[in-house]
Order: sequence, then structure tokens, then C-alpha cells
Amino acid sequence: MVSVLDKKLLRDMVRLWAQALAIALVMASGVSTLILAVGAYRSLEETRSAYYERYRFADVFATAKRAPEFVERQILEISGVAAAETRIQEFALLDIEGMEQPATGLAMSLPDHREQRLNRIYLREGRLPEPGRVDEVTINEAFAVAHSFKLGAKFHAILNGYKRPLTVVGIALSPEFIYAIGPGDLIPDDRRFADLWMSEKAMAAMFDLDGAFNSISLKLLRGAREAEVIKQLDDVLERYGGTGAYGRKDQQSHAFLDAELNQLKSMAQVIPPIFLLVSAFLINITLTRLIALEREQIGLLKALGYRRFTIATHYMKLIVCIAFVGILIGAVAGTWLGQGLTRLYADFFHFPFLIFQRGMDIYAIAASISIATALAGGMRSIYTALTLPPAVAMSPPLPTHYAHLGIEKLQVVKHLSQLTIMAIRHIIRWPVRSGLTILGIAMSGALLITALFSLDSIEFMIDTIYFQADRQDATLNFTQERPVKVLQEVEHLPGVLAVEPYRAVAVRLRHGHYHRKLAITGKPPGADLSRILDRENRPVELPQSGLLMSERVAKLLHVTRGDMVDVEILDDSRGQGSLDATSIGTRRSTRRLPVAGIIQSYLGLAVYMDLRALNEMLDEAPVVSGVHMAIDDSQTDKLFAAIKGLPAVSAIALQGASLAKFHETLATNLTIMTTVYVVLSVIIAFGVVYNSARIQLSERVREFASLRVLGFTKAEVSHVLLLELAMLVIAAIPLAWIIGYGFAWATVQGFESDLYSLPFIIKTDTYAISALVVLGAAMTSALIVRRRIDRLDMIKALKTRE
Amino acid sequence: MAARKTKSKSKAKPDIMFKVEGLTKVYHTGELDIHALSGVDLTLYEGELAVLLGPSGSGKSTLLNILGGLDVASGGHAWFRKDEITQLGERELTRYRRDHVGFVFQFYNLIPSLSARENVALVTEISKYPMKPEEALGLVGLDHRLDHFPAQLSGGEQQRVAIARAIAKRPEVLLCDEPTGALDSKTGVHVLKALTSVNEELGTTTAVITHNMAIADIAHRVFHFGDGKITKTYTNKRRVAPDKVQW
Repeated sequence: MVSVLDKKLLRDMVRLWAQALAIALVMASGVSTLILAVGAYRSLEETRSAYYERYRFADVFATAKRAPEFVERQILEISGVAAAETRIQEFALLDIEGMEQPATGLAMSLPDHREQRLNRIYLREGRLPEPGRVDEVTINEAFAVAHSFKLGAKFHAILNGYKRPLTVVGIALSPEFIYAIGPGDLIPDDRRFADLWMSEKAMAAMFDLDGAFNSISLKLLRGAREAEVIKQLDDVLERYGGTGAYGRKDQQSHAFLDAELNQLKSMAQVIPPIFLLVSAFLINITLTRLIALEREQIGLLKALGYRRFTIATHYMKLIVCIAFVGILIGAVAGTWLGQGLTRLYADFFHFPFLIFQRGMDIYAIAASISIATALAGGMRSIYTALTLPPAVAMSPPLPTHYAHLGIEKLQVVKHLSQLTIMAIRHIIRWPVRSGLTILGIAMSGALLITALFSLDSIEFMIDTIYFQADRQDATLNFTQERPVKVLQEVEHLPGVLAVEPYRAVAVRLRHGHYHRKLAITGKPPGADLSRILDRENRPVELPQSGLLMSERVAKLLHVTRGDMVDVEILDDSRGQGSLDATSIGTRRSTRRLPVAGIIQSYLGLAVYMDLRALNEMLDEAPVVSGVHMAIDDSQTDKLFAAIKGLPAVSAIALQGASLAKFHETLATNLTIMTTVYVVLSVIIAFGVVYNSARIQLSERVREFASLRVLGFTKAEVSHVLLLELAMLVIAAIPLAWIIGYGFAWATVQGFESDLYSLPFIIKTDTYAISALVVLGAAMTSALIVRRRIDRLDMIKALKTRE
Repeated sequence: MAARKTKSKSKAKPDIMFKVEGLTKVYHTGELDIHALSGVDLTLYEGELAVLLGPSGSGKSTLLNILGGLDVASGGHAWFRKDEITQLGERELTRYRRDHVGFVFQFYNLIPSLSARENVALVTEISKYPMKPEEALGLVGLDHRLDHFPAQLSGGEQQRVAIARAIAKRPEVLLCDEPTGALDSKTGVHVLKALTSVNEELGTTTAVITHNMAIADIAHRVFHFGDGKITKTYTNKRRVAPDKVQW
């Protein structure tokens, strides 16, 4: 048997459906973003850790020039090391039929007669290359898909100077390359970057590394101290041209995935609370009004002998019903969107399988948080209603007290119509409510700015990187350092308009107890293709001595201009390939250099110095690691053909292709993201404005009816309500800009990692768009409420007692 | 305009302000049709103070609402001077209320966020020949409460502000629905005084609804309502001054 109060509840819900739905939608947005972000986060995290676990992803990574096999045993003796896997890895240019540009591949050896111990590949199709076969290769799935390569497909690779035909015998994935990015690229381009797994014996022969390795991965024991292992590993590898070991956090694929997961986590921490707070506020104002209208009924129920608890439960049930609708919509939407997002990630990141983590706990948490905030929002009004003695509750409330604004004497105010004064006084009479309404609307705009500003920042970043700093058309990386005369050779390639050398040297910078492994890039004086920009994005000249470093590096090392840093050279080419006794036991050389300036760089950890000074510091004849080129677009086919035949080139980066891929990926991802955020913002703005308007209308129906009786037109009467809403919305917009600015700033800080940092740019357009969306949503909801004013029953309104 | 009216009052036969013929009003509420007015004929003259008496549901309020342009009739005709108000559309009715009619209700319906003066100014701002808000409030004896908000005024004072607001635009007709209904007799007398003085000084045609027989004595003419019809009409031989009325 349904109690009478429950029947009342049901009818109240039906009567209040529009407002209840508006609140429920705001709540649903909170619930769905929470489920979406946490769900996607957990799914990815779970997928990643299962993948790592099953395929034994390593903990520590290092490369060397050439380390003999026995070194592996030495390394296994380092305390804390559980397992080691050695291999040969080298970059190779790829020549693919039908693709004019050369692609870049990372060739890695697979053990011939045993299982991989670490970083096991997941074979999707086919098999591993036969031991000793120099013409067989297993490739990564993404590359295969990008080129529609099936088993048996053929392409060419330039391996240690020899162009070799390769046949695809297997298609695989690896936990090392969940996020696979080619040298010089900003984001993955599966067409232009490949993982190639080949027989160890074959690679040893090709690269003259018989009985030696140049790459090692370690699995650590539980509780092992990574920093200690890295230090000892570096000590062991030092004499074999080790370039500095690093842990997972510096492993590219892992780091990118981590950055993405962190973003999801911060999304789960920031966005849902906004929605839940706004919905709590909406419940508060709606319920306050409802209870004000039901004052007499509450008094009557009490007079009839209903207990306070029963009455309180009645209103709490109403809140819980609204919350339930919100949770239901939110849970469905969140699950659906979460799976979509996880799939989107899975396209971008390469996993062999996906684990959808859909723990009931997150639904339970989302539901209880929503119900709790909703109840908290309604509690005060319930309490007020319950504490009124029945007799007081049943008598009509006194007219609301208003006060003079204290500014009526002002000339400006004298010109305001009484209708305008009504609107202003009403706002001021309820400062908390007006303030919260403004804040709620502002949140909607702020959310939009937070979403849209990243477009501005990225656009700015693209412009800076591609058009201000790295203006070259292509960059060639050499397999190893080359004498400067290589520049002349490159210059004579067809279509090359200008060349500019660079040299990258792996170092560890130290300042006090802060240190960082990174690369110093040496550039020639007057470099014009690849330029260095100062913090105001103006090109700067390299000083003859000292380092220029990006803000990020300066921050990591706690240095400012003028400080001295120790430069420990890891990448010492003097030791390169030398196994003779003389090199054994040499200490790594360290130099002390001043920080000559702080510069702008959005990618990686950038440190620059003069090329000549760098070579001098290393006591070497001038050598270069690669060349930036400006090329003639009409001759790219000839140029690429020539490059494909160059043995010295290990990789090529193409600015144009990289930029195009960047735009393509951004376009997809940002369109989705922007749409989602616009929808969310509209829901907030609409929810807040609609509820405020409905409540105002309910409170002031007599006023509006009086005005109509006095001969004011519908338009004039609506004017009072719309003017008041307009004032609130207009006050909310600058606040939205300020909060949005803050959110955007926080986002930029959150984005900052060793991999990249975002410039903090918000364009005027973004402010304008956010204001327009808020205005649009507000106007739509206000107009819906306006229709109610038009249908106002004057007589009924005026003859009923408030 | 006011001057013209005062002059016309001295004529032997005053002009007709309202003429009503066979007016009917049916409310359709679900299964039941309620005949609020079933054929009312009536004439009100310029400058007249009429009292409409009758139990609730007898149709007096419905008639007043139709005359005031707040409601539309189901059948019959009603004229305001030469204009047939039963033919006017929504927009014209708003115009008509704005230009010609003043209303006073049982619940004062003041705007709580506006002071007494501003409540009156609300109307004077949209009228063609308004009096000053202070003048209107003076007429109802409230010149000392100009800047008080409704919440700071007594019920009788609030009702007098409502009257001041109704007359500030110098309407030709003043329609009052139970103006003293929520007031005690002492306060009610103040309100009645205000009404009669407006009627006398401005010559505003005034119709007052009440179910209080005693109040009928202040009128020129009295109309009795019952079951949606006028059952009795009579002219007061001798009008009683408002402060002599008791209930």
C-alpha cells in the first residue's frame, strides 16, 4: 500500500519534472565524467599492468656502444637485479614501395634459441624470424595496418649501410612500444615509424656485433632500489660506451602513457566535483522554494500529528529520487562514454588486448557521493521547515523585507525604471543565492575555456615549433657521428637548398644534488633553419661558451642564469667501439659550464651550446650527429630516393609529414573533446539558469500578475525576470573568464612533464566562444521560462494568498 | 483630462461608462461547466460609485474581471464608452488596462522590492497624464510613508498604497475586489475614505465588490448578485460617510 505521502511525492516529481530533470542532468554529468574518467583510467591502468606483467616489461633500460656478452653476467650480479635481457638495436631507414618518403625503423634482435626474458613480444600473426635469416622480419601491428602489410609482404631497409630486402613473417606488439613515436616526431605516425624484430645472429652479423650487445633491459627484484641499480649499471657500462641507464619513468612509451593516465586522473578529480557542487546548489534552491510553497502543508501535517522524521523523510525521498535519475543517466552515459574513450585510447596506444575495468565500487562511490551532496544541498531547507511551529507554518509568511540600495539618490539610478530597480533589489535581497547562481553559470563558462584553450595553446606551440624554431623541412640522423665534411655531401644531394649541422651528446647535468640525464645539442653560430627562441619567442644567438637551457631543465636543476653546472659526458665517442685495454678504467669526463641563458622549448629537455665549443669540450675533431635541411619541394622524389641509398643515415624526420599527422590526430581528438565539453557546459548553464528562472517565477508570480493587471505588457513583465537573469549571466561571464583562466593555468601546470610542456595561451576567441555558449544556453532556458509568464493566469495569481 | 471629467459631472445626465448586455461566462472545469455569469445586463455612469454585493460564487468578481479586461466573456457584450471590450484581443486589453483602468484587490499585491513611492511610480512611468506619486499617496493619506517598503507597512497602509497606485494614472474607472476583505473595521474605514475621496475629487467611476452589507451604504447605487445574475438594484437615497460605517 502506497502511503499518501508517497503519492504526494510521486505527484511532486511529475509536477516538478522539468526542474528535476535539469538538476538530474547536471548531476548525471558529474556521475558520468567520474565513471568515464575513473573507468577509462582503471581500464587503461589495468590493461597496461596486465600487459607489463604478462610480457615482462623491464624496469631499467640502458644502451651502450658495444658490450661483450660476459658483461651481462656482471650486470646480473648487481644487487636487486632479477633478470636481464640483452639485444642489438639500431635505427634503419626503410624504403617502402609506393611511399616516396623514407620511413624509419628501429631494428631489434630477438634471441635465436630461447624465449625472450624481458619485453616479450606478443605475436599477433605469423612467426618470429628464423635464426640467422637476414631477410626475415617481424613487424609491429600498427605499421602493418598503416601499410596494409600481410604476412609475406616485402620492403627494404638500410641496415648498417646495406639496403636489404625484408619479408614480413610475423606481426607483433610489444609492451615497450605501446606508444611508439619516431625520432623527431611530436606524435606517433604509424606509417613512418616501425618496430622491426630480427634474428640476433642475423643482426650481429649485419652490425658487426658478434658476441656483443648494445642494449640491455633489467627486471628488478621487489624492493630493489632503482637509483642504486642504475648507478651500478652505468658504472659497468661506462667503459663500453654506455649512454646512461634510465628507469621506466624515462622510458618513452611508459612516460607518454603515464602522462595520459595522469590527465585522466586529474579529470576525475576536477570535473565531477564541479557538477556535483552545482547540482547540490540547484537542489538547495529548488527545495528551499518548494518547502516555502509547502509551508502551510508542512504545518498542517505537523498539526495532524505527523512526526518530524516522517516529514523530513518525505522531502529526502524527493531528493533521492532526483539523485537517482541523475545517477542512472550518468551511469549509463559514463559507461558508454568510458568504453568509447578506452577504445579511442586503444587506437592510439597499442595494446594486444583491452581489460574493461568496471568495478561496481566506482558506481557505488559515484552514487553515494551524488546522493550525499544532494542531501547536503537540501538539508537546510528541510531543517527550516521542520523547526517552524505548526501555527506559524500555517499562517502566511510575512512580506519579504527589502531595503533601499543607498544609491537611489544617484542621478544614474533616478533614470532607471521601477522595473529595473525591482530586478536589482531582488538580486541584492538574496545575495547568497544570486552569488551562487553567478558562480554556477561561471563554472559552465570556465569549463569551456578549460577545454578550448588547449587548442589555442597547441596552435601556438605548433606555430612556434614548426614555423619559428624548427623551420627545416627534414632532419637526417646519422648512424654515428660523422666528420663535418659530410655536410658537403648532403648539400650536393638533389633538391637540398640549405644544410645546418647539429650534434647531440648524452650527458648528465648536475647542480648540487639535482641531476638529470639529457642531451646537449650543439648548433653552429647563426643557425637559421633550426633556431633557438628565448622566452618571448624571439630567436637568440648561442653564446660562444656556456649553456642555454629550457625553463623546464632550469627548474629541474634549480638553476638560474649565471649558475655553474657540472656536465658529465655519457656519450663519449672516443670510447666508441673500442674494446682495447686502454679504454677500460677511464673515468667519465666532467666539465663545469655556466648557464648562459634560459630559453623557450615545449618539447623534451632542451639544452643547447655552441657546436664548436661542444666539440672542443669533448676534445674532438669537428663531428656532427645529423643535419637539418631546407629542401626544394619539386625535387623531393629525387632527394628521398638518394637518401634511401645513403648508408650513413639512420633516421629521417620530415617536418611537413609530422605536422600533417599532428593536425590530423588533433582534429579527431579535439573535436570529440570539444563536443563533450560544450555539451557539459551547456548542461550546467542551462540547469542553473532554468532552475533560477523557474524559482524566481514561482516566487514572484503575484508581482508579475500585478504588473500585468497594471497594464504592463507581457514583454515588459518578462523584462523584469529576463533583466535579472541577464544581470546574473553578465556578472558570471567575467568570473567565468577568471576561473577559466585559473583552470587553464592549472591544466598547463598539470601537463608539464619531461616530454613536453604546453604554452599558456588563451585567445580572445576562446573567451568570446565561452561567453557566447553560456549566453546562448542561458537565453534558451530563460525563453522557455518566459513562455510561462506569457501564459500567466492573472486572476488566479492575485486572488490566492501567498 | 481630470478637468474635463469634473466638468462633465455637473451635467444633468452623466455619460455612460460601462454598458453590459446579456453577458455570460462559463468555466469548463473537467466534467462540470460552471456558469459564473448567466446573462447580466448593467449600466454604470461616469463618476458613479457602485457597490456589488453578493455571496461568493455569485458572479460579481467575474463581471469585474471582464469589465477590467482581466478575463474574457463567453457570450454577450460589454462596452467601455464607445468601445466594445468583449471584442478586444490580448494586446488591446493590456492597452485598455494600462490607459483606463485601476484595480484594487483584497490582497494588496504590492511589489515587495519597491517602496510605497516606487510602487506608485511603477504606474506613473507608463501613463500618459499621471499625477505625481507623492500626490497620489497624499490623496490616500500616506504622504508620511513614502519611502517605506511593503514589509514596513500595516495591512491598511498597504491597501491604501494599492489604491494610490491604482489612481495615480488618473484612470477613468477604479475596480475594487473586496478592498477591505483582509482588514479590520478601523483600518477598513481608512481605505473606504480613500476610495470615496478619489471618487469625489477625481470623479473616477468606481465599482466596489464586497460581501459586507454595511459598506453598500457609501455607494450611489447597489447591485445584488446571486447565481450569476443581478437579482436586485437600488439607489441609495442617502449615502453614509465612510467613517460612519461600522461592521
